[in-house]
Amino acid sequence: MADFFISHIWVVILLPALGAVFLHFFGRKIGEPWAGIIGSTMVGLSFLAGLFAAIPVLQGTSEHHVVTVFEWLSPVGANAELLWDPLSAFMVLIVTGVGFLIHVYSIGYMHGDERFARFFTYLNLFVTSMLTLVLANNFGLMFVGWEMVGLCSYLLISFYYTKPSAAAAGKKAFIVNRIGDFGFLIGLMIIFSSFGTLSYSTVLNDPGKVLGAGAATAVGLLLLIGATGKSAQLPLYVWLPDAMEGPSPVSALIHAATMVTAGVFMIARTSAIYGLSPVASGVVATIGAFTAFYAATIAMAQTDAKRILAYSTISQIGYMILGVGSAAYVAGVFHLMTHAFFKALLFLGAGAVMHGMSGNLNIFKMGGLWSKMKVTGITMAVATLAISGIPPFAGFWSKDDILGKTFERGGYYIFLWAIGLAAVALTAFYMTRWFVLIFLGKPRWDEGIHPHEAPKTMTVPLMVLAFLATFGGFINTPWKPGLEHFLEPALDHVAEAPAGGMAWLLSGISVLVALGGIFVAWRLYNRADATEERWTTTIPSLWRRMGHAYYIDDVYGTLVVAPGKLLAAFSAFVFDKRIVDGAVNGVGAVVRRVAASLRPLQTGYVRTYALTIAAGAIGLIIWFLSTGGL
Amino acid sequence: MTVTAGWYMTLAAVLFGIGAIGILVRRNAVVMFMCIELMLNAVNLTFIAAGQQLHDLAGQLAVFFVLVVAAAEVVVGLAIIVAIFRNRKTASVDELHEMKG
Repeated sequence: MADFFISHIWVVILLPALGAVFLHFFGRKIGEPWAGIIGSTMVGLSFLAGLFAAIPVLQGTSEHHVVTVFEWLSPVGANAELLWDPLSAFMVLIVTGVGFLIHVYSIGYMHGDERFARFFTYLNLFVTSMLTLVLANNFGLMFVGWEMVGLCSYLLISFYYTKPSAAAAGKKAFIVNRIGDFGFLIGLMIIFSSFGTLSYSTVLNDPGKVLGAGAATAVGLLLLIGATGKSAQLPLYVWLPDAMEGPSPVSALIHAATMVTAGVFMIARTSAIYGLSPVASGVVATIGAFTAFYAATIAMAQTDAKRILAYSTISQIGYMILGVGSAAYVAGVFHLMTHAFFKALLFLGAGAVMHGMSGNLNIFKMGGLWSKMKVTGITMAVATLAISGIPPFAGFWSKDDILGKTFERGGYYIFLWAIGLAAVALTAFYMTRWFVLIFLGKPRWDEGIHPHEAPKTMTVPLMVLAFLATFGGFINTPWKPGLEHFLEPALDHVAEAPAGGMAWLLSGISVLVALGGIFVAWRLYNRADATEERWTTTIPSLWRRMGHAYYIDDVYGTLVVAPGKLLAAFSAFVFDKRIVDGAVNGVGAVVRRVAASLRPLQTGYVRTYALTIAAGAIGLIIWFLSTGGL
Repeated sequence: MTVTAGWYMTLAAVLFGIGAIGILVRRNAVVMFMCIELMLNAVNLTFIAAGQQLHDLAGQLAVFFVLVVAAAEVVVGLAIIVAIFRNRKTASVDELHEMKG
């Protein structure tokens, strides 16, 4: 049976695709809740199909399958070929598994929305795109998935398109991603010109034979530009905080299972190329570490519950990028998984809170929700501990894995490790602040809000995800590195983990740092008068900058958007109007003027014409006679 | 004195010249029409004469074509002139210069 699913692995992509097509045409007719049930079922079935196909891979008896679905662009090595190996199997299970829970949750969350069915159309399309991306066996097909993910994020972020801010956020996500894709595409062109094909089977099979160190660095850096766009890293992260304009399940899907993990996956997939270039992977690790720290500082000073989570995602993806940049590919992908669990959990929890608070998102207007929303509160406590890196929750194992392996690289990487460690403290701080201000302390709600627990379709996914966020880390512990053995065949040689006393010391340091962050936040915010006064009086200007994300949006607005608009205005009002239109009108004017000067020849008197003809005939005769024939 | 082809050619040239001058100097559409016929038949005469001289029937053949076309032209042309005359009470071509540039 497993063999059947492996040789028909395209079913995994086809099921949600069918769901999207069906819901597109008939969704409105079947309405609520059937559209949601069909959408969820398709992703659920896709998960089951993936699970069956993954059994031999999980048992380690089967490692590498290439399934050709049909010939597509065979001259460039980009057929519709799917690759089923440990890495893609692992990603498929995360995408469909977490995606399924988010679908189920959405049935409750989108209740009563007039575009209920359309929402599930987009969700299914999103899962389809991401599966195409992870299952592709060549860069061409991967790029198709890569772009479709961008399209789906645009559709879903601007789902409430009548709201100008949502429409703008969708556009922003799309355009910023386009900038990253530009670099990605150039990287693919270099790969094609060096290898003559885009197929992984050729390119990733010992690329050192073809690529020199310089070319590998160029390819690595260009692919990294694509990854910074898709995975929201410095400097192209600006779209992600705005992406929460979409409904909460969309944020959960984008942040946890689909979109932003694409960059991490892509770097892990092309690990053979990054292995060739210490420069490129060093830049990857640096960007990851700095993003982890930078986004964490911004998250500290936000007051919007979802915005904190958005910056937290950027920071956590930074860890993954740091991991894959330090050649700790398994650790990076491991963190991708645990992060998928707890970040999906956090966003769905934030959605449940928003649901209960009538749409309010300001954490200073919440407080004391613990007694009103028991299930949400407990699951959010689990998620907070998991993301802060407290053992035995999932986040600890993966984050520790990344930091330990980064440290073990030595030299410059110890500096990156220190930055990552500082970010651990900040993460623990802002997540505790988030949790305490929402669930503990005295109620600070506005009049007329009656917080209540969310319906069952919303709380059950929360519980499942909380379970995964608690125990998901045990698949890869230092004593029993299951995931390490599982993923190893698909990846380049992997960084060493620290051993013995060093491992205990590093883990101890990061747990202590995390506990310190939690302690500080607890002392500051778990009081009756939860205010930011301490920060606004001691470091007013820094705190204000952090709250406004260092005004980076304004800087980009001045440096990039304004010149871009100026160029567009120049093209439209000067170049098009004067030069393009000028050329067209000029030709017309010349013709008209020449015609006007020739027009009087047409007198309207028959005899003029007859005389002209006669004169012409006589002229011809004279000419014939003088030259003696034709 | 034998009548050679040269005589016919001369006659045809004279007739053609009369027709051409008629077209240029007269304004009445019907008269101009008759001048055109005169020119056509002058050409016919040259065809016949040349055919006779060269012992070639192609000359006479061409004349038949010209006659047929001329007949068709008369039908259409006269109909147009009559229609114009009915509308304007005149057949002077100088009055008909609406199409001037």
